[in-house]
Amino acid sequence: MNVLSFVQAFFSDSAHWQGYDGIPSRLLEHVQYSLLALAIAAAIGLPVGLLTGHTGRGGNAIAVVANAARALPSFGLLVLAVLLIGFGLLPVMIPLVVLAVPPVLVTTYEAVRAVDPAPVDAARGMGMRESRVLFRVEVPVALPLILSGLRTAALQIVSTATIAAYVSLGGLGRYIIDGLYQRNYEKVVGGATLVAVLSLITLALFWGVGRLVVSPGVRRR
Amino acid sequence: MNGFFDIPSDLQHSWAGLIGVHLREALLPVAAGLLLALPLALLCNRFRWLYPPVLGVTTVLYAVPSLAFFVVLIDWTGQTELTVMIPLALYSLVVLVPAIADGVRSVPDETLSAATAMGFGTVRRYLQVQLPIAAPAVIAGLRVATASSISLVSVGALIGNQGALGNLMAAAQKYDRPELAANAVLTTAVLAVVCDAALVALRRVLTPWMPRSGRKRTAAPREELLTKGAAR
Amino acid sequence: MTSTARSSRTRTRHHGAAAVALAAAAALLTGCSSGDTSENPLDGDKAEAGTVVVGSNNFAESTLLADIYGEALRAKGLKVTYKHNIGSRETTYGLMKNGSVTVLPEYNGSLLAYLDPKAEQTSADAVDEAVKAKLDQQLTLLESSPAEDKDSVALNAATAKKHGLTAESTLADLKDVAPELVIGGSPEFQTRQQGLKGLEAVYGLKFKAFKALDAGGPLTQAALAQNEVQAADVFTTDPTIVKEKFVVLKDPENLFGFANVTPLVRKDGLPQEGVEALNAVSAKLDTKTLLDLDAQVQLEKKDPLDVAKAWLKSAGLG
Repeated sequence: MNVLSFVQAFFSDSAHWQGYDGIPSRLLEHVQYSLLALAIAAAIGLPVGLLTGHTGRGGNAIAVVANAARALPSFGLLVLAVLLIGFGLLPVMIPLVVLAVPPVLVTTYEAVRAVDPAPVDAARGMGMRESRVLFRVEVPVALPLILSGLRTAALQIVSTATIAAYVSLGGLGRYIIDGLYQRNYEKVVGGATLVAVLSLITLALFWGVGRLVVSPGVRRR
Repeated sequence: MNGFFDIPSDLQHSWAGLIGVHLREALLPVAAGLLLALPLALLCNRFRWLYPPVLGVTTVLYAVPSLAFFVVLIDWTGQTELTVMIPLALYSLVVLVPAIADGVRSVPDETLSAATAMGFGTVRRYLQVQLPIAAPAVIAGLRVATASSISLVSVGALIGNQGALGNLMAAAQKYDRPELAANAVLTTAVLAVVCDAALVALRRVLTPWMPRSGRKRTAAPREELLTKGAAR
Repeated sequence: MTSTARSSRTRTRHHGAAAVALAAAAALLTGCSSGDTSENPLDGDKAEAGTVVVGSNNFAESTLLADIYGEALRAKGLKVTYKHNIGSRETTYGLMKNGSVTVLPEYNGSLLAYLDPKAEQTSADAVDEAVKAKLDQQLTLLESSPAEDKDSVALNAATAKKHGLTAESTLADLKDVAPELVIGGSPEFQTRQQGLKGLEAVYGLKFKAFKALDAGGPLTQAALAQNEVQAADVFTTDPTIVKEKFVVLKDPENLFGFANVTPLVRKDGLPQEGVEALNAVSAKLDTKTLLDLDAQVQLEKKDPLDVAKAWLKSAGLG
């Protein structure tokens, strides 16, 4: 049997389509974990990135924090969090958020910093308040880059959320971990396919959002 | 036996030993990825139509979770370090190929013409002119690949003690000893920081004409690279 | 024009050196790899001739037993290497078959249930014979020890109290309650005969949900204690049963059968003195001893290898 026939077997088994261990509920769990982690990471990374990028202060601090966060291994953080906190969603959110904050934070900071100073000065000269300068001039220009940071974060979260299953949570990782211990390739390959497809859907979504919200004038060629 | 450095005997390595294994399992794949990415990027620049499909394939590979990759490979490569290293090498391509290809492509045409006029062939020009000028971009790619590789090795613990410092994390869970997990997390983080610093130092050696404190250059391109790789 | 050309040439030379250095570093790194991962990867990882490879599953007692076997063999002058924390039986059995592992601590009835889910388990000896008949030709069981460590279904104290279940209650008594309970166990428990399948087939138990935890390890213990799950697959030698006042339900239909600690070995992998050494270990290892050794590892956090060596010494086998 090659990998493709495992995939086919996995998806054609009706038992994989219902109940708490069915594809719909595992997929939903995975999306929930991912969205929650991305939302938290964005809630931390975007404001800090926008503010530091706008003022131009704190760039070094951001680089240090981001590099430190990036250096922390997700799997180890997860085990540590579970041992210290116990069960639940929180110990899984910790490694995912730590993973996702650096790309959001650094890209947002760099995106705002990289905005051409001429229109920013012009806006100030026209008497715009700082908040309007940020949101009406800098953010629209920086948006493609900011979105790319969010996209990187989202992709890493979707793929890393699989390790939640190691500490008894759900999500698509369930199939991979269960398949490993049950020696069931169908489940491993099926689960991996679902995760990969979800990643590619995430990419497509970000592409679509980019087309919608980025002003045609600043769209990258 | 519950101190910070009391490594359980079933890991069969001292703390220093685990560090050594971890570095080997993390860095060899990046080196292999680099060796693979160099010709791939050259081909992609030579035949432009090749670039999108190559990026597409590496992106799809990158989207496969590491654990699933390991499990599927066990049948071919057994429960060995190699099983962990192959996926990591493939993952590094998603960063390295665009880093090298875009870096090399950014070399000005006049420079290339000059090299050609001096009698450089394609391969020699690639190795001696384009690659060195692209060194900052290549190193930026290496930094992303190395950081992610160092973190991902840990997952190898789930296929039977193949995760180096990750084994320590799994042991922390198995023996309910949080201090071991803390040790593993901190040690891994320090390894990542040290390797990153080494690559920055390497860039300074290779590109003495560039400003020494290139913070803007060192922080920004890394995220850009990863998103670029994943984007298309 | 001339000056540009000249400067670009000096640069070129400089970069050339850099590129060579980079390539050399990379080559050095890859060069190391061939030395470090010496076995041919496509060959799997066959045990080296003359070396006994002792494997273990991914839970603390298995590591401890593997250490006991390994050190007992070392005491007889055999060359021993360990392959610890491999995974579940579903994986380790495959590695025994292909020769990557030569000795593995097993539990006779659990192994039988894996090889033949329908087999009746009437006595420990009969189980051993049945296992041997079902085993791969290259594998055999050595003598079983009296030490027994079964899977069992345990409830946490609160759940047992709520439903009026005691240590005298049986799994059959759980039938009406089960649909309200979440049961936890290792991922493989979900698909095993000595697991959810058997619980439903033999006792008609249908639980509300299954939560995948670890093989009777800290996750399971914590999940049960914190009522994340109300019932769980717990090993009968688990020292936390007493500590956390878990209620282990009786198993009158003998679903979990016999589970005597027994060495599973490759026939061609272990010389006669090794066989004798392991049989001597089995003769001395009883359930009380195993409970005590488990507690040293899991509660007192002693290193399993130290515990194994100390016990072998005290039993005159080290």
